[in-house]
Amino acid sequence: MGIALWVATRKGAWTLRGDDARGAWRLEGPTFLGVTVYHVVADPRAPGTLLLAAKPGHLGPTVYRSKDGGRTWTEATTPPAFPPAGEGGRARAVDHVFWLTPGHASEPGTWWAGTSPQALFRSEDGGATWASVAGFNDHPDWSKWTGDEKDGTPDGPKLHSIQVDPRDARHVWVGLSSGGVFESTDGGATWTPRNRGIAADFLPSPDVEYGHDPHCVVVHPARPDRLYQQNHCGVYRLDRPGDRWVRIGEAMPKDVGDVGFPMVVHPRDPDTCWVFPMDGNVYWPRTSPGGRPAAYRTRDAGATWTRQDAGLPGEQAWWTVKRQAMTADARDPVGLYLGTTNGEVWASADEGATWRELARHLPHVYAVSVDEAG
Amino acid sequence: MGDGEAGRVRVHLPALVQDYTGGARAVELDAAETLGAVFDALEARFPGVRFRLVDEQRRVRRHVRVWIGEASAAALDAPVPAGVEVRIVGALSGG
Repeated sequence: MGIALWVATRKGAWTLRGDDARGAWRLEGPTFLGVTVYHVVADPRAPGTLLLAAKPGHLGPTVYRSKDGGRTWTEATTPPAFPPAGEGGRARAVDHVFWLTPGHASEPGTWWAGTSPQALFRSEDGGATWASVAGFNDHPDWSKWTGDEKDGTPDGPKLHSIQVDPRDARHVWVGLSSGGVFESTDGGATWTPRNRGIAADFLPSPDVEYGHDPHCVVVHPARPDRLYQQNHCGVYRLDRPGDRWVRIGEAMPKDVGDVGFPMVVHPRDPDTCWVFPMDGNVYWPRTSPGGRPAAYRTRDAGATWTRQDAGLPGEQAWWTVKRQAMTADARDPVGLYLGTTNGEVWASADEGATWRELARHLPHVYAVSVDEAG
Repeated sequence: MGDGEAGRVRVHLPALVQDYTGGARAVELDAAETLGAVFDALEARFPGVRFRLVDEQRRVRRHVRVWIGEASAAALDAPVPAGVEVRIVGALSGG
C-alpha cells in the first residue's frame, strides 16, 4: 500500500505520493494555490477522506472536505464561527482555522477544530457544519485563559494540539498558544488547566495555573496516560494521574537547548519521541541552532537524547520546522517527515537515523501530515 | 423592493469569489436599502459567499473593500441609494 504526505503551505497544498517502500516519491499539486493552508488531515476512520483548513489572504476562513483522497474538495456549509455577540458581549471572529483532529474511533464523522483566536469547534457530520464548543469558548475565564493579542504567536494566538484519548471519546486535551494545556473529561463541557511544573519565564509569577505557551502536545496512543509537550520553555513529559510535568529537555545538550515547535511520538513505543530544536536565544531567531538542523530522539522517555542529523545539511541551514510540520507514519520502522519554512520536505524511513530531501522550492511549510491510505 | 427596472442594484464582485458565482463578476440584485442587505442577497444567490466577505459579527473582512458608488463603505448599515453600483474588491498587499 502506498502512502501520501500532505504538505500544507502558506500558499497552497502539495501532495507527495510514495510507494510502499517509502523510497520513490512523486510531488503533485498545487491544490488551492495562493490560499494559506494551515492543516490537511486524513480521517483514519474513513480511508480517502481528508479535511483541509484554508484561508485565502483576502477572504474568511473555511474548511474543505475530500472523499476521494484529495482529488476533489467540497467546502463546509457552516465553517467554524463564533455565535453573534450579544449586547455588550465579545464580538469574536475566527481569523483562521489552525488545527484539525479527527474525533474518536467510536464517533465516525466527528471532528474537532482549533482556531485563532483560541477557540474549539466540533463537527458531527464529517466537517460539513461546525458548532462552537461553548464549554470552552464561552467559559467565564476564557479571556483570562487566552490573554490578549500580546500573548499570541506572531500570526495570531491559536488553539492547537487537540488530542482525544483513544480509550474515551469524552476525554480531550487542547493546547493554547498562549494559555497552556487544558483537559476535559466530559466531551468539552468543562475544562481544567494542566500546567503544573511547566516553566513560564515570560510571566512575572512563574507558578501560575495557566498562561503558559505549549507549542505542541501529544497524548501517546499506546499509553494515553502519558503526554509529551514541546513548550516555549522546554520539553516535558506528564504521566497521569500525576499532575506535574517533568522537564525532560534538561537532558538535551546545553548548546542546543530544548526550545522548538514539533513534538512527535513513536506510534507504538511510549518511551520514544522526537523533537526538532530551534534557537530560542536573545532575539528568538527560531532557526536551527548554529544553522545545523537535527532531530533529537529519546528512547527512554526523556532521560537521554540522541542527535539525528545524517543526511541533513551540516552547516548554513537556517530553517524552522513549525509545530504541525513534523510527523511520523505508523509503519515499521517508523517513517519521519518534516517541512521547513523555506519550502523543503525531508523524510527518514529509518526512525531518524538517515534523512533525505523529498521536495524543495515549495512555499513556507505550515504542516506535514501522513495519509496512510496513500 | 424588486418592483422593476428602477429597483435594481448592480454589484461588482472580485475574482476571489468566482467559485461561488460560477465565474460571474457582476450581478444584478433586487434593490437593497443597506450594504448588509446586499450581502444577504448575495448569500441567497450564492450560498457560502457572505462568510468569506463578512465575518460572523457582521463586519466586512479586513482585506475586503467595498465601494457604494464613489464612497468607500465598511458598515453594513450603510445605505445603498437607488441606482448606485456596489463594488467589492480584494485589498491586500505583501509577499
